[in-house]
Amino acid sequence: MIERAHVLICSGSNCISRGSKSLRQEFEENLDRLGIRDEIKLVNTGCVGLCEQGPFVIVYPEGVFYSQVKMKDIKTICDEHLYKGRIVEKLVFDEALTETKEVRAFDEIKFYAKQTRVALRNCGLINPDDIEEYIARDGYRALGKVLLDMTPLSVIEEMITSGLRGRGGGGFSTGLKWKFAYNNKADQKYVICNADEGDPGAFMDRALLEGDPHSILEGLMIAGYAIGADKGYIYVRIEYPTAIEKLKIAINQAKEYGLLGKDIFGSGFNFDIEIRLGAGAFVCGEETALIASIEGSRGMSRNKPPFPAERGLWGKPTIINNVETLANIPAIIFQGAEWFSRIGTEKSKGTKVFSLGGNIKNAGLVEVPMGTTLREVIYEIGGGIPKNKALKAVQTGGPSGGAIPESNLDLPIEYETLIAAGSMMGSGGMVVIDEDNCMVDICRFYLEFTVEESCGKCTPCREGTKKMLEMLQIISSGNGTLEHLDKLEELARMVKSSSLCGLGQAAPNPILSMLDNFRDEFEAHVVDKKCPGGVCKPLIKLFVTDDCIGCTKCAQNCPVNCISGSAKQLHTIDTSACIKCGICKNICPVDAIVSI
Amino acid sequence: MKSLDDLKKIRDAAQKKVTMRGKNEGTRVLVGMATCGISAGARPVMNKFVEEIAKRDMNTVTVTPVGCIGECAIEPIVEVLQGEERTTYCKVTEEAVERIINEHIIGGKVVADYVIGKYRL
Repeated sequence: MIERAHVLICSGSNCISRGSKSLRQEFEENLDRLGIRDEIKLVNTGCVGLCEQGPFVIVYPEGVFYSQVKMKDIKTICDEHLYKGRIVEKLVFDEALTETKEVRAFDEIKFYAKQTRVALRNCGLINPDDIEEYIARDGYRALGKVLLDMTPLSVIEEMITSGLRGRGGGGFSTGLKWKFAYNNKADQKYVICNADEGDPGAFMDRALLEGDPHSILEGLMIAGYAIGADKGYIYVRIEYPTAIEKLKIAINQAKEYGLLGKDIFGSGFNFDIEIRLGAGAFVCGEETALIASIEGSRGMSRNKPPFPAERGLWGKPTIINNVETLANIPAIIFQGAEWFSRIGTEKSKGTKVFSLGGNIKNAGLVEVPMGTTLREVIYEIGGGIPKNKALKAVQTGGPSGGAIPESNLDLPIEYETLIAAGSMMGSGGMVVIDEDNCMVDICRFYLEFTVEESCGKCTPCREGTKKMLEMLQIISSGNGTLEHLDKLEELARMVKSSSLCGLGQAAPNPILSMLDNFRDEFEAHVVDKKCPGGVCKPLIKLFVTDDCIGCTKCAQNCPVNCISGSAKQLHTIDTSACIKCGICKNICPVDAIVSI
Repeated sequence: MKSLDDLKKIRDAAQKKVTMRGKNEGTRVLVGMATCGISAGARPVMNKFVEEIAKRDMNTVTVTPVGCIGECAIEPIVEVLQGEERTTYCKVTEEAVERIINEHIIGGKVVADYVIGKYRL
């Protein structure tokens, strides 16, 4: 039986956590009931990107995009759409409906229309558990081309020409990295895929591993051929169970099809891939710590040089590439360096995947050409800030990056421009911060993270991050002075310049960039003893404004009964008894409670 | 996998699995599948379309079940959309499906025996 319709169910981790796993069974039961089970193909795909609106069900050939699908909706979709052919408009994603209520196809939705999908080309479109769907989308053809028609050196030259730079944060030329490893002669070399994605709020790599694992395998094999390695490792954290499962399936299928193993394509090239699980330490994203972890030692970084390309895993020349970098490689080889270098800007070629989060309507995964402005990403793709709040800053690069203020939103996204703006590309976390946030508090959050994750080997990072956190705690408690700000800045510069590895060198970045761009907010904390964002509890008081409608909701929910007022009358908060928990503020239907 | 040809064979065979997912700008066959259509026998008609089209590898043709067009008395109704051109067939049978595919979709000539005008003039 040939299927007349394909139902794609998003099975990325975000949608699974919103209940997409049980949707498939519900579909099966309903299709059985209608007797059309074998007419419809059910496909579990990887992340489609618009995580905020999940779980998704996309029905082809029409390309209808159903969002926030619940169990009870499946019956309706089966009865109406799949059985009778009537699209269920009320379940269609809002932005997929035109003003005249016509249903737009999935790729015409604004969120997707602005994107260029290179790394994510197959995510949400193919079944990651089926190698044939990957092959149908020209998968493994780049590997064939490389093994049969290209020398390792010409592969490296192609990568250099393409201008691809590491997507894990550093932005070093992938081709040059390969060339170093190629030039180091050795009896054994290794390639490693760094899938130890650790930035809070970043999930690009996870989505790629879950949605298109074969592209990572193919990229890794091409890298292996280029530098002369026959063994690859994928270092992935154990916190990504779905990604690990998909990778295992993919590796087994590749072996079954003879795409992994001995004498691939009859070229004489052998390659084997092993998965290594990390325990989820942030420092293991750093190359030398990652290598130590694979070798079975404690994950700690060491001095460079020697760089891994010279002496890496088990002392042999090794290259380590990030997941997204590897996902780009088959596309570059297949379509040519020329094609790839036309996307993006002069110094930053290609596209970048970002996980868009924080105070934004369409939180999710987006891939844009380099040179796209932050404003386009946030307002045109991301849909702007909920409740029409004002944007304060955009945080990129996670705990190693900084915050870019509103005034810089028209910056084109490039490695260099972001660094010049006091932040960095990082691995692709993009957190939107609105006016109701406190920059001191956000700094404190990132420092708590780096204090926890510092491996403890070098003193500047181990002690420095802890002291910086303590100073931030003093500032947010209202006991800080202007002197604290100067000391904080001085210490931050010291830690940045004297730490052993990237973790410590980048840990002060949030502080430095926020002191630079939002110094007035820090000063408000120490001079006026006020928190402009209304977040730092010791510095705020909650008030009821005249907008109060006297609904009594706040009084009913106050855990310490410090709100008084009768129905339909203006309420008041007894600030001496108030514990500033914020419940009243969140529950107020007319936003009449403010923190000052 | 011993050669690129092996890969190409798998690719060509597997492409049938995924061609449906993508932009479809070719011919669209709409089959009226409301209750009236189904009871008049639209389901075997639609299945026949799907089978025949797959058999002929016609990647640019999609079959879509649609709702009631309103002329319940002359169901099953099938519409063929090619660009701006819309042809409406009625009382379509499984035999008619073959003719519509061969003569109209492939041959470019409307199958006059089943067009709606024949019943509604």
